[in-house]
Amino acid sequence: MASWNPRTEEMPLDELRRLQFKLLKSLVYRLYSFNDFYRRRMKEHEVHPDDIRTLEDVAKLPFMYKSDLRDGYPDRIFTAEQNELVRYHVSSGTTGKPTVVGYTERDIENWSESLARAFSSCGLGRGDVMQVSYGYGLFTGGLGAHYGAERVGATVLPTSVGNTERQIELMQDLHVTAIACTPSYLLHMGEVAEKMGVSIKNDTDLRMGFLGAEPWSEQMRGRIEDWLGIRAYDIYGTSELSGPMFTECTEQQGIHIWGDLALVEIVDPATGEVLEAGEQGELTITMLQKEALPMVRYRIGDLTAIEEGTCACGRTHPRIGRIRGRVDDMLIVRGINVFPSQVEHALLEIPEVGRHFQIVVDRKGALDSMLVRVEVSEEAFSDKITELMVIKKAVEHRLRSSLNVSVDVELVEPGTLPRFEGKSKKVVDRRSL
Amino acid sequence: MEKSYIVKQISIFSENRPGRLAAVAGALRDAKINILAFSIAEADGFGVVRALVDRPEDAHRTLTDLGFRVSFTDVIGVKMRDEPGGLSDIASILGDAGINIEYAYAYSGKDAAILILRVDQVEDAVRQILDRGGELLKASLSR
Repeated sequence: MASWNPRTEEMPLDELRRLQFKLLKSLVYRLYSFNDFYRRRMKEHEVHPDDIRTLEDVAKLPFMYKSDLRDGYPDRIFTAEQNELVRYHVSSGTTGKPTVVGYTERDIENWSESLARAFSSCGLGRGDVMQVSYGYGLFTGGLGAHYGAERVGATVLPTSVGNTERQIELMQDLHVTAIACTPSYLLHMGEVAEKMGVSIKNDTDLRMGFLGAEPWSEQMRGRIEDWLGIRAYDIYGTSELSGPMFTECTEQQGIHIWGDLALVEIVDPATGEVLEAGEQGELTITMLQKEALPMVRYRIGDLTAIEEGTCACGRTHPRIGRIRGRVDDMLIVRGINVFPSQVEHALLEIPEVGRHFQIVVDRKGALDSMLVRVEVSEEAFSDKITELMVIKKAVEHRLRSSLNVSVDVELVEPGTLPRFEGKSKKVVDRRSL
Repeated sequence: MEKSYIVKQISIFSENRPGRLAAVAGALRDAKINILAFSIAEADGFGVVRALVDRPEDAHRTLTDLGFRVSFTDVIGVKMRDEPGGLSDIASILGDAGINIEYAYAYSGKDAAILILRVDQVEDAVRQILDRGGELLKASLSR
């Protein structure tokens, strides 16, 4: 697909790196000179802006964490004055106290530009109708996707989340061609549509989806694409970066992170050491052009790896692979690291069970126990107990071999596991230590 | 011929927890569907409710709409002499013919005891039982 901003998106790599260095250098000088928080942090860390002599020297700068935003609540680490701000967003606070993010006019501009590049790399443009089924309001997903889609000339249908039957009616009536929502919500929509007698594949014009805000797998993509007859693209961002900012292109070979806006590093979650391209670790981002809240070496907590080399689409900016999970929602069961995404990955290869699951971790005596609850699919349901037990054992075996930890499987009635319209919470950890 | 004796049983997947049977039974009551015979098979954490009802198609739709996983199974209902040896007669006929009984449950009908059987070769079983003078429930009992 043609680039929205070819001069930047297809910039030769060495030129891009020179641009990144220039932006980093001036950012660090600006922060050191005009912001107490950053100056104090850099002094504690014994680093001065003059120490930044190459792009790699970014590794000399201290990390930032979500706790810095919380400690600075609501706006103490902002680098713009209140009268320069045009918007606030506030995180959901799923993992603690909410955090506030501020935006200058230019921050909003760059956010929209970032998504305009991303959406057009998947072929979204004038003539498309984009249904934005991310939440609007304090959450960044809805308004972020909204501005990005408007920027490329698409018609936006701001449905937000919920009232699913109406969403499906509108999808048909207004000939929606693209949707932005969580993968769980799209699955939910597909199920609701089927109950209404509507096949998203055959009865709508939907042809692409920008799915994110929760980890999902390649198998899930395959299933969504086959079932709904669309191309499903991974979209990425968090409120601390602005909101959703980056997507895959039509090659579906990693998420393009625009290097002029964000400098990506992958670090070892335990040691903070910078890892090589291709190695899995914690995504760490420096926002090079943000005015209100730059975020330097921000440890996002998402686990992924950088993909090397120019993309087949011709864009030179670095890509990241699928998010494998989060440093903080990783479960440790009997000393083994378990990510919910691994469970999903394994389950999607078993046709006898449905798309939804729930993990329940408990401690019996001194030992952790892990239970995975799955719904029996319609095709697999037999009135013979023995056949159902075979399915249960097969799922247990499959999970044990892919997670390296023994798992009990419980077959539950269809539709009883929680469906999520926003971020899914698939883990119930009942252990108290 | 054999087909007219093959009865549609509905089978319902149910979690093994309080209230589930009440939900199934309540739904059938509300739809005014009569249960003629039924049994529960239980396993680890779940069970399968099996029932003969007067309107199987309606029962299937009603329960599916409520979100239950429901399937149809072909079974036969054999009239048994309600006295010692009744079960033995029928089991011997099927045993002699090499037909395996996968599961069975019985209920006391209006004029005879009825044995509901799920077998591996259903048409064969019907033929054998009729040939040996046995009596079967007509499928028309459950429309």
